[in-house]
Amino acid sequence: MSRDLKLLTTLGVSTAAAMILSFLETLIPMNIAVPGVKIGLANLVTVFLLIKLDWKSASAVTAIRVLLSALLFGSVASLAYSASGAVLSMTVMSLLKKTGRFSALGISTAGAVSHNAGQIIMAVILLSTKEIAYWLPILIVSGTVTGLAIGAVGALLVKKIDLKLDRKA
Amino acid sequence: MDKIRLRNDIILFASLLLAALAVWGALKLLQKPGKYVVVEIEGKVSAVYALDGDLKLDIVTADGHVNKLVIENGKARIESADCPDKLCVKQHAISMTGETIICLPHKLVIRIEGEGGVDAVT
Repeated sequence: MSRDLKLLTTLGVSTAAAMILSFLETLIPMNIAVPGVKIGLANLVTVFLLIKLDWKSASAVTAIRVLLSALLFGSVASLAYSASGAVLSMTVMSLLKKTGRFSALGISTAGAVSHNAGQIIMAVILLSTKEIAYWLPILIVSGTVTGLAIGAVGALLVKKIDLKLDRKA
Repeated sequence: MDKIRLRNDIILFASLLLAALAVWGALKLLQKPGKYVVVEIEGKVSAVYALDGDLKLDIVTADGHVNKLVIENGKARIESADCPDKLCVKQHAISMTGETIICLPHKLVIRIEGEGGVDAVT
């Protein structure tokens, strides 16, 4: 099988997995008064692809996942929040990966926290209320905890799963 | 190499938690007991109520959604709402300046203002 075909298949399966994780996430009740506190299960796929392949593959799958989950499980408003979170977190994670100085744990944690920060920025814009920044401490802490957990699982997957794709030069 | 990465990871976690603590501390220091309850819908002030009187009323947004606001014992809270997530109902009763109750689906913000704050609003 050619590399391109393998890559295409891998990204397709990854997108499907990310969609399932997104759906699972919607089934988990988050009994916390602060919107935006979530596990971020689907970020597992993003972290995995980012470390195993490259930022382009990870971004492509993430973009499709964000669009599709908003369409299937969310709304236009939720798309604005998740898209701003995803763009910021994708950028931060790609940059951290590029430095080569952080493991999956650090990358995933920074991604989770910046995702939350991106959502707060969007909320400040949409509601034109700077007081939302009061949620920032809670969302930083929750992002650190969930990012760490996702990063740990991500690191395990990176170690165990062999995509049998030659890394791009 | 892995050791260096782990060290960097730990530095990252520590700085994130410190940042959270710093933001939280700064916000706490800036807080004072409030005087007014300001209701904002889609970023525009729709009503201002005194925090020291008891009050119970429905806030109706442009598209007909309802949040029931209750002010009692110097605190404001949302008693019930017809939004899907009900996060506004779960948020704590507020009484200090800068504290908010926010209903994202209804683009509704309940805010506490101090003595001088309402001048800027009215």
